[in-house]
Amino acid sequence: MNKFTSEPHLPGLRQPAPANDGLDAPFWEGTQAHELRVQRCANCEVHQWGPEWMCHACNSMELGWVTVDPIGRIYSWQRPHHPVHRALADRGPYIIVLVELPHADNVRMVGNLLGDPLQEIEIGAPVSVVFEDHDDGDPDFTLVQWELTSNS
Amino acid sequence: MTDDYNLRGKTAVVGIGETTYYKHGQSSDPEFVLVLKAILAACADAGISPKEIDGFCSYSNDRNDPPRLANALGLPELRYSNMQWTSGGGGAAAAVQNAAGAVMAGSANVVVAYRGLAQGQFGRFGRSGGSRPVSGGAAYTLPYGMMSAAQMYAMRTTRFMHEHGVGRNAMRSIAMACYHHAQNNPRAVMNGRLLDAETYDASRWITEPYRLFDCCLENDGAAAMIITRSDHAMDLAKAPALVLGAQQSGGHRSGATAENATDYVTSSFKPAVKYLYEQAGVTPQDVDVVQSYENFTGGVVMSLIEHGLCTYENADEVLTFDNLRADGGNLPLNTSGGNLAECYMHGLGLQIEAIRQVRGESYNQVPDVKVALANAGPMVAVASTAIYGTQETLG
Repeated sequence: MNKFTSEPHLPGLRQPAPANDGLDAPFWEGTQAHELRVQRCANCEVHQWGPEWMCHACNSMELGWVTVDPIGRIYSWQRPHHPVHRALADRGPYIIVLVELPHADNVRMVGNLLGDPLQEIEIGAPVSVVFEDHDDGDPDFTLVQWELTSNS
Repeated sequence: MTDDYNLRGKTAVVGIGETTYYKHGQSSDPEFVLVLKAILAACADAGISPKEIDGFCSYSNDRNDPPRLANALGLPELRYSNMQWTSGGGGAAAAVQNAAGAVMAGSANVVVAYRGLAQGQFGRFGRSGGSRPVSGGAAYTLPYGMMSAAQMYAMRTTRFMHEHGVGRNAMRSIAMACYHHAQNNPRAVMNGRLLDAETYDASRWITEPYRLFDCCLENDGAAAMIITRSDHAMDLAKAPALVLGAQQSGGHRSGATAENATDYVTSSFKPAVKYLYEQAGVTPQDVDVVQSYENFTGGVVMSLIEHGLCTYENADEVLTFDNLRADGGNLPLNTSGGNLAECYMHGLGLQIEAIRQVRGESYNQVPDVKVALANAGPMVAVASTAIYGTQETLG
């Protein structure tokens, strides 16, 4: 059972929606099922993220989706202090991490690092997904957040 | 490459024009009027009639389209128009490249490269609002509070500092050099505001690792450059600044969403630089003065390294405040004050400052400039970079 929460880390920001051409619908359906999915080429088996209609390696259009272990390691990070959206006005600093998935050809995903917003951050640290369910969305949706694996 | 397929020296920048540069929201002119004023100023500088213009090039989805400009200017013919697609101001040198290409091809004779920005009229880059759902690439970043330009590029700088162990000293020096140069430049929005090391170090975080003074300004204004055949340029008002080289620069999956560019720790100039110097017929050692686009100082460090002007190993020693100054430095940088301290005109002001340096007209003139480099848009999916030179560089 993958970890999940119904407490939003950054409430009030714009919610994600699947692209209107259907390209990434399996990803967002996956997060709601608490599964982390990325594209994998049916022909050459390369993992791909962000999603595209074509495999960048072999140019096959037979792209499939696979569920991967919801773990990774911190590739880079930033800590925003200046609020650029009104929903962040009283939030204080928060952490954005770029997480690479070594078991999926090192594709990278962006999310927040949960926990103390002023914590020291170590590049390379192992992290695990916390699926963040929004039951008040229009429609409902689930984000992919991260926490240090040692905390889980 | 043979000469027939090289733009080196075949075209020249013969006119440059800028409006007053305003803090964001302070222009009383609409954006379109600012662009017209910049074009008229560039024509006056070149000593040509605006009616001679027959082509336009811009970038970054400029809102001021060529048919409307041609209509307002009463141009008898509009033979060429072109937009380079990129994010941010990565296309500033590309607009010159496209103008030069159009002139070389005989598609037009007098082409304007231009950019207008009125953030007061159209909204600020550094703010994000709205409540509608986002899809596509933004869906993977915006719900996590990653939406402003600083936030789009901060993590590249974090990773760069991690991999190469350089950055903070160089970033501080770059900011200080820009502010230093703005003090002699009456056009500069930050004229009259000095920046010392203590002020930089005490400034607030925008997003770690960027402090306030690592970030470009937000401004209203417009800028324009006029490009024509170099054999026609000799008869005009000013000494021509030859376009020696100009390249666009996108790499493998550099536009991948959710920060998945294959080469992440880059200013995006690696693909272009080998073509740029070969095309221009110069080496990094020949470059007398550099205008390097500062969206954020961390990108400038990477840009200078990737242009061969310093190395990963010596960046912290080479990129010092003393070395980056027009008055006595070995690598004079952003001599107008640049995007940090003159004006953020999506980098066209940096291209124009390179022309001033070649002409010998800068407020922070570097002695005896023959070759000036001006790049645009570090860390974006497609950057661009150009080299300008005096007539004698052709030998």
